[in-house]
Amino acid sequence: MKIARMVAIVVVSLITLISMGGSLLPGFDYIRQDRKHFSEGPSYEHWLGTDAVGRDRLARLIHGTRVSLLLAPAAAWISVVLAFVVGAAPGFAGGVTERMAKAIIDLALSLPWFFLLLMVRAMLPLNTSPAVSAAITFSVLGLLGWGVPARILLARARRLRQSEFVALARAGGVSHRRLFGVHVLPNLLPVMTAQFWIAVPVFILAEANLSLLGLGVAEPLPSLGGLLRDLESGLSVRSDLCNFAALFVLVVMVSSLQVAFMKHEVS
Amino acid sequence: MSLWRTLAKRLIMAVIVILVGGFLSAVLVRYAPGFGTDERQLDARLSAESHQAIRDESSAERGIASYYVEWLRKMSRGGLGDSRSMQKPVAQLLMERSGITLRIVAESLAIAWMVALFLVAATWSTHSAPLEKTCTTASGLLLCLPAGAVALLLILLNAPGYLALVAVVFPKVHRYLSDLVGATGRMSHILAARAKGISEHRLLLWHVIPAIRREILALGGVSIALALNAAIPVEALCGIPGVGQLAWQSALARDLPVLISVSLLVIAFTVLANSGADLLADERRQPA
Amino acid sequence: MRRLMLPLCLLLLALATSGMCLDELRFYLHSDPKTFNPALVADPDSETIRYLTGGVLVRLNRQTQQLEPELATAWKVSKDGKTITFQLRQGVRFSDGTPFGAQDVQFTMTVLMDPMLHSPTGDAFRSGQGKISAAILTPNRISLTFPAPVAGLEKLFDQVAIMSASSPKKEMAVLGPFYVAEYKPGAYVALHRNPNYWKHDDAGRALPYLDAVKLEIQSNRDIEMLKFSRNEIHLINAMDADYFDRLARSAPDKVRDAGPSLDSEMMWFNQASEASIASYKLEWFRSRNFRQAVSLSINRDDLCKVVYGGHAIPARGPVSPANKYWFNTQLPQARFDQEDALRLLQEDGFRLVDGRLVDRGGHPVQFSIITNAGNRSRERMVSMIQADLRAIGMQVNVVTLDFPSLIQRISEAFNYEAAMLGLTNVELDPNEQMNVWLSSSDQHQWNPRQSSPATSWEAEIDRLMRVQASAMDDKTRKRAFDRVQEIVADELPFIYLVNQNALVGVSPALQGVVPVAARPQTYWDIEHIRFSVERANNAN
Repeated sequence: MKIARMVAIVVVSLITLISMGGSLLPGFDYIRQDRKHFSEGPSYEHWLGTDAVGRDRLARLIHGTRVSLLLAPAAAWISVVLAFVVGAAPGFAGGVTERMAKAIIDLALSLPWFFLLLMVRAMLPLNTSPAVSAAITFSVLGLLGWGVPARILLARARRLRQSEFVALARAGGVSHRRLFGVHVLPNLLPVMTAQFWIAVPVFILAEANLSLLGLGVAEPLPSLGGLLRDLESGLSVRSDLCNFAALFVLVVMVSSLQVAFMKHEVS
Repeated sequence: MSLWRTLAKRLIMAVIVILVGGFLSAVLVRYAPGFGTDERQLDARLSAESHQAIRDESSAERGIASYYVEWLRKMSRGGLGDSRSMQKPVAQLLMERSGITLRIVAESLAIAWMVALFLVAATWSTHSAPLEKTCTTASGLLLCLPAGAVALLLILLNAPGYLALVAVVFPKVHRYLSDLVGATGRMSHILAARAKGISEHRLLLWHVIPAIRREILALGGVSIALALNAAIPVEALCGIPGVGQLAWQSALARDLPVLISVSLLVIAFTVLANSGADLLADERRQPA
Repeated sequence: MRRLMLPLCLLLLALATSGMCLDELRFYLHSDPKTFNPALVADPDSETIRYLTGGVLVRLNRQTQQLEPELATAWKVSKDGKTITFQLRQGVRFSDGTPFGAQDVQFTMTVLMDPMLHSPTGDAFRSGQGKISAAILTPNRISLTFPAPVAGLEKLFDQVAIMSASSPKKEMAVLGPFYVAEYKPGAYVALHRNPNYWKHDDAGRALPYLDAVKLEIQSNRDIEMLKFSRNEIHLINAMDADYFDRLARSAPDKVRDAGPSLDSEMMWFNQASEASIASYKLEWFRSRNFRQAVSLSINRDDLCKVVYGGHAIPARGPVSPANKYWFNTQLPQARFDQEDALRLLQEDGFRLVDGRLVDRGGHPVQFSIITNAGNRSRERMVSMIQADLRAIGMQVNVVTLDFPSLIQRISEAFNYEAAMLGLTNVELDPNEQMNVWLSSSDQHQWNPRQSSPATSWEAEIDRLMRVQASAMDDKTRKRAFDRVQEIVADELPFIYLVNQNALVGVSPALQGVVPVAARPQTYWDIEHIRFSVERANNAN
C-alpha cells in the first residue's frame, strides 16, 4: 500500500507539474492552428497529433488538464461543503430540521437546474474571458451539485445520531457541539471524501455537456471535458487512439489522487 | 394508528413539496433566456403577422403564478395542456412515452444494483485486494466516460444504447456500497463475530447489511433520482422516444406545459421514492 | 384428405407470400413530424411527409430546376400577375378513392389563405391585403385571383399539396405516390404506395416502383451512419463532411457529392440602433470598411478545406451557384488579403498597437461572435475565424448558445455584437427571402424593423426587391435581383462564408437516385426509385 501511495503521489506530481508548467515550454501553443496538418495522427511536430482545426493535441491536453485540475476539485469541494451543511447537520439535529432538509434535498435533486444555468450564462457579459467563464461554470456546478451527497450524508448523520456511542456520550453530558465535532464529524469525513472523489470526474464531464448549451469553457481555452466530448462522436471512437488521451489522463489522475490522498476507511 | 398518522404526514409533506417544486420549475423555465421564442422566428417565409402570432402564442404563459394556478386547475380535471413545440396534448405525449422510460430506468437500475451488490459481495467474501482494485478502477473509469460515448459503444456492439444508464448509476452505487460495507466490516462486533468463526456470507447478510440498511435505502432513493435525471441525456443522445427525450426537446424549445408536467413527474418520483425509502428505514419513532 | 387440400394450399400460399419481401425504402427522419396537415407544414420532417404523400399541381424538377406539370396539365398566369388558371388532369382519385377536381383546389387554397393559419406555405402567397378568389370554370378548370401580383406565382404551387374537400379522411386522403399507413410517435412513420396514384412510367407500369417507405425517427447522426453502413437504411439525405470522408474510404459506392448545395454559412454584425452595445462598437459595425476588412481577413479556402474536407466552396453572395437561374455569375470571388484588410481599417482610423488593433478613440478592437452550440462545423468555423481575425489584431470571443437563447438575442433583445448562422432549406426563388432584404422587416437581421431605411444602399435594396416582386417577366426580376447581390457583395451586411456541398448516402441497392443540390436531395424523384435486381436476389 505504501508503494502504491508513493507511485500515486509521483504520478499526481508529474501530471500537476506538466499541466502547470507545460505552457511555459516553447512549441506547446494550444491556440495555434496548423491548417496544413489537421486531424492528423502523431508526428514529430505534434506528438499526439492535431485536432480538427490543426491545433496540437498534446498542448491542448496539458492546458485542459490544468483547467480541470484546478476547477473541478474546487467545484467538488463546494458541493461537498454544501452537502454537509444541508445534509449532515440537519441529519444529526433530527426532527423538523431533518424533515425540511429532506424536502429541500428532494427538490434539489429533481428541479430542472439547466434553466438556472442558462440564466447565469445570459447574465454574463458576452465578452467575459474564457478563464472567468470557466471558473463561473464550475462554481455553478458546485453550487448545484450537492443534492446526491447531501442525501447520503443526511442518512449517515441520522444513523450516527441514533447510534449507541452517541447515546452514551449524550447520557454522559457531552454537549451537542462537542458531540458533533469530536465524535460524529470524523465518522462523516470518509463519506464526504468518497463523495468528493466521485464528484470530480462527474463535474469534468458535466462541464463538457454544458458546452452544448454554451456554458462550457469558451474557445480557444481547452478543458478535459471539452476534449472528452469528442468521444461522443462515432468517428472519434473508431479512429485515432490519440482521441483517448484525455480519457486516459482523467482516469489516471482521478485514480492516483484517490490512492494518494484518500485516507483508508480504517480509522 | 401512529403508522397511519406518519403515512398521512409524509404524504401531505410530499404533496406540498411536489406542488412547490412544480412552481419553482415553472419559474425557472419562465425566466430562462429564450422563453417565448420559436425557431420559426428565423423563417423568412413567414409574414410579419405570422411572426406576431408566434410571439403571442406564449403570452398566456408570461404571468407565471396565474398560469401555474390555472394549469393546476386544468390538471385536476385531467388535462395537462398542449405542447407548443410538438403540437399535441401533453397527456398524450406522456402516455406514449412514460412506459419506455420506466422500462429502461427500471432495467438499468436493476442491472446496476445487481452488479454492484454482486461485486461488493464477491470482494467481501474473497477479501481479494486485486478484485477490489479492479472494481474500483472499473467504476472510476465508468465515472470518467461520457454517457454519450458509452451509449455509442453499446450501439456499436449491437446492445441497447440506454444501458449507458447503468454506466451512470453503477459507479456511484458501487463506490458508496463498497465504502459502506468496508467501514461496517471493520466495526468491533463484526470483527468479533468473524473471530468466533461465523462465515463471511452470514456476516454480510445477517450483520453488515442490516446495520447499513438505512443508507442502502437512502442510496436506493438517490439512485432512482440519478437514473431519471441521467435518462434525459441518454434518451436524447440515443434517440429513444421516452420522457427523457421529451424533456430535453421541450427544454430546448422552452415548452412550458410539457416541462411543468415532466418536472412534476420527476419530483413526484423522487419524493415518493425517497419518502418510501425513509419509511422503510424507520424502525422506531425518534425523539425530537 | 381432399377436404384438407384447399386449406392446405391456402396455408402454403400464405406462408410463401409472408416470406416475400416488400420493396420498402428506409431512411431516417430526425424528429417527429409536427403535423400531417400539408397546409401547416413548417419543419423539415413534416415537409418530408408532405413531399412523399402530397400531390401538387406543378412540380419543380429538382434536377433541371424547371417547372413540370403534375395534377395540372397546363397553366397560365395573367399579365398583371394576379390570376393563375389551371387545367386539371382528369380521372385522378385520392388515395381513398375520392375523385379529384377543381373543388379540391378551391378548398385547399381557402384553407391555405386563412389569415389565422400562419404557415410558410400560405404566407408565400400573401403579396397584399385582401382575399383570394377562386372561380371554378369547369370541373377540371379553376382560376385563382390574388389581391396583388405574386412574383414567381406558379412555382409556389410546388409546395401546395392538394387536400380533399369531401373525403371523410380529410388531410390523410392524398394524391401523392404514398400515403401514411401507420405512425408510431417517436418510432416511425410507415408510408404505403398509393393504390390510386395517377402516374405511370413510359412502359405503362404504375408508379411508384417502391411498395413502401419506412421513415424511422432518429436524431443521432452517429446511429444513422452506423445503420447506413450496415445496410439497415438506404439513404442519408444530408451528411456531414467528416462522415462522408470516412464512408468514402470504406465504401465509396455508398456516398455521392452532388456539388454545391443551396445552403450557406454567414456571419453579420449587429447594426440595430436598439442594440445594447457600446456606441463605438456600433460605429465599427456600421462601417463598410470594417466589414470589408473582416471579410478580407477570413480565409474561406481554409474553411472549405479544414471544416468541410474540401466539400464546400467559398461563398460569393446570398445565392449559391447551385441556384442556376438566380445566381449572379458576375459577382467577384471572395478574397483573402489581410494586408488589404489592414489598409481599409487604417482608412477608418484603426491602428495596430503592440499587435492589438485599436480604433481612433483608443478602444481595442474586441467583440464577440455568437452562434448555436452543438453544431460542430459551425463551432470549428468560428474558431478558425477567431484565429484569422487575431492575425490582424482583433480579439474575438466565441460564445456558443442554445438556440432559443440565440433567437432571443438576435430577434428580440438585440444584445449581441456579431452572429454566425447558416441558411438552410433555401428556396430557389429570391422572393421567398423578401423579408430578409426589406429594411422594415423582422428578418432584416442586421438592423430589423426600420421605419425608414437607415442607409441609401438599404433603400436601394428595398426598391429593387419591390421591383422583382411586382415584375412579371423573369428577365426584369433577374436584373433587379442581380443588382441586389452586387450591393450585398459590396456593403456586406452579411459576410457569406461558404456554400457547403450536398453530401448524401445512397445504398448501391437502389436505382433511380440522382442526388441534386435542391431539397430533397436524394428522393426528389421518389416515384422512379427502385431496388436493383441483385438486391431482390439477396437475403437483405
